[in-house]
Amino acid sequence: MTEKKPLIAVVGAGPAGLSAAIEASRAGARVLLIDENQKPGGQLFKQIHKFFGSEAHKAGTRGVEIGRQLLAETQASGAEVKLGWPVYGVYPDGRVVYGSSQGAKSILADRVVLAAGATENCLAFEGSTLPGVMTAGAAQTFINEHRVLPGQRVVMVGSGNVGLIICYQLMQAGAQIAALVEAGPAIGGYAVHAAKLRRAGVPVYLSHTVHRALGQDRVEQVELAALDERFQKVEGSLKTVEADTLCMAVGLTPMVELAALAGCALTESPVLGGTVPVHNPDMRTTNPRYYVAGDIAGVEEASTAIEEGRLAGIAAAESLGLGTADAPAKKAAVRESLAALRAGTFGAKRFTAKEAILAQFGKEAAI
Amino acid sequence: MNEAICAGLLTPELLNALPGVPDPQRMEEGPVAVIECAQEIPCNPCCRACPQGAITVAPVITALPSLRGEVCTGCGLCIPKCPGLAIFVVHKNYTESTSLVSFPYEYLPLPAVGDTLPCAGRDGAYLTHGVVKRVLTPTVYDHTAVVTVEVPKAHCMAVRTIERGGAAK
Repeated sequence: MTEKKPLIAVVGAGPAGLSAAIEASRAGARVLLIDENQKPGGQLFKQIHKFFGSEAHKAGTRGVEIGRQLLAETQASGAEVKLGWPVYGVYPDGRVVYGSSQGAKSILADRVVLAAGATENCLAFEGSTLPGVMTAGAAQTFINEHRVLPGQRVVMVGSGNVGLIICYQLMQAGAQIAALVEAGPAIGGYAVHAAKLRRAGVPVYLSHTVHRALGQDRVEQVELAALDERFQKVEGSLKTVEADTLCMAVGLTPMVELAALAGCALTESPVLGGTVPVHNPDMRTTNPRYYVAGDIAGVEEASTAIEEGRLAGIAAAESLGLGTADAPAKKAAVRESLAALRAGTFGAKRFTAKEAILAQFGKEAAI
Repeated sequence: MNEAICAGLLTPELLNALPGVPDPQRMEEGPVAVIECAQEIPCNPCCRACPQGAITVAPVITALPSLRGEVCTGCGLCIPKCPGLAIFVVHKNYTESTSLVSFPYEYLPLPAVGDTLPCAGRDGAYLTHGVVKRVLTPTVYDHTAVVTVEVPKAHCMAVRTIERGGAAK
């Protein structure tokens, strides 16, 4: 009688989930990777820009290419990939329930890695339901996945890296950026991303917000209002910008519903996007069967998601007695890489926020 | 952090203080890389891009890239490797009165060699017309074209792009 290999289920086939599946398979686990989308890769295949980071970790390579490499590695690792199956439930004992038009299925996994990602935030304002108002990620899906330009003149609200990068990609796709609008007094994302927009002559409105979108059947104009130091609209400051598209890049929120169902303790981390599962340095949650990786564990970037996914995959397998000889060295290398990605002025806040989550894990474990 | 840096608009004073920007003497001596990277972000592909080892990001990955002007040959291989599109090559004394400026360009249509096109500075504002001397798109550049324009010498530290869409006009 042959002993069955332990099963690790991975929910979400974005950069974190793919990386977790690769590492868990390589360690010797049976891996089932489940995603609701028809295509794997999460947001990676929309990232047509060259990534920042360490040369040793694929920096300078376009996100789409990193996606292709991860897919090839996943296939080579032997992990089973199920696409078009939303996971709609998990139980604390490791049971994962997923469904499609073909019916519902459930499987009892020895370990589960939740890599569900995050969802884009929206703003509510007069006219926000008009056609032509969309999240920045939706516009990016239009241009980079479906190759359809959502509009000719775009107002982008939010100047974090997502807003800056998608402005640039919209221009590459042929659109004009009518205004880049930022509520804060400074650009939120990397200066080099902002510099690309400056060189293209994009008008930048700092300390401004969208007041309302106007139009008959779709967006035709966007009214901007100046904001004071307390983020209150300044009376009489309205400006009208001609635009047919209004994109919102105003942050992301981790999709923690499955972690909550699994009974994982949650905590608040405004820097990382809101409510996130508490986890330890192995990415393990307070439910020892459940691990988290990527944006669900705090909104960061694809490069950090890849590293967290690897960490979760290695550690989940190790906890089942698989790959235990290599695991400590591999985990140390990944943690070093993560620390480097969280270094500097921009990373420091996320580094501190992540440390707080680890500290919170210690407290939860003590209860 | 400095407001101008965050806003993506480097002033001449800020530029001169950067470790990736060569000193005025080196600028006179032939083509050289100008690394306009002013913010400490974790990124280092420029180091390995340089076949001469003229660029270092040390001791940490968030350090600003530092250029050894005496080692740099101005070959421009670093230009397409920078994810921030922040590296340029300036050949100040190309002729008596003109300079060459090479920059990354990721818009279509690409300009053609011989075109005379409007050139812009860091803020996108028109500065001068320039003649396109080279448009390099080898596979290793991975879809980042490197365009070289000849411009009046006075503009060599100001011109950083052709106007977007300029090639289609």
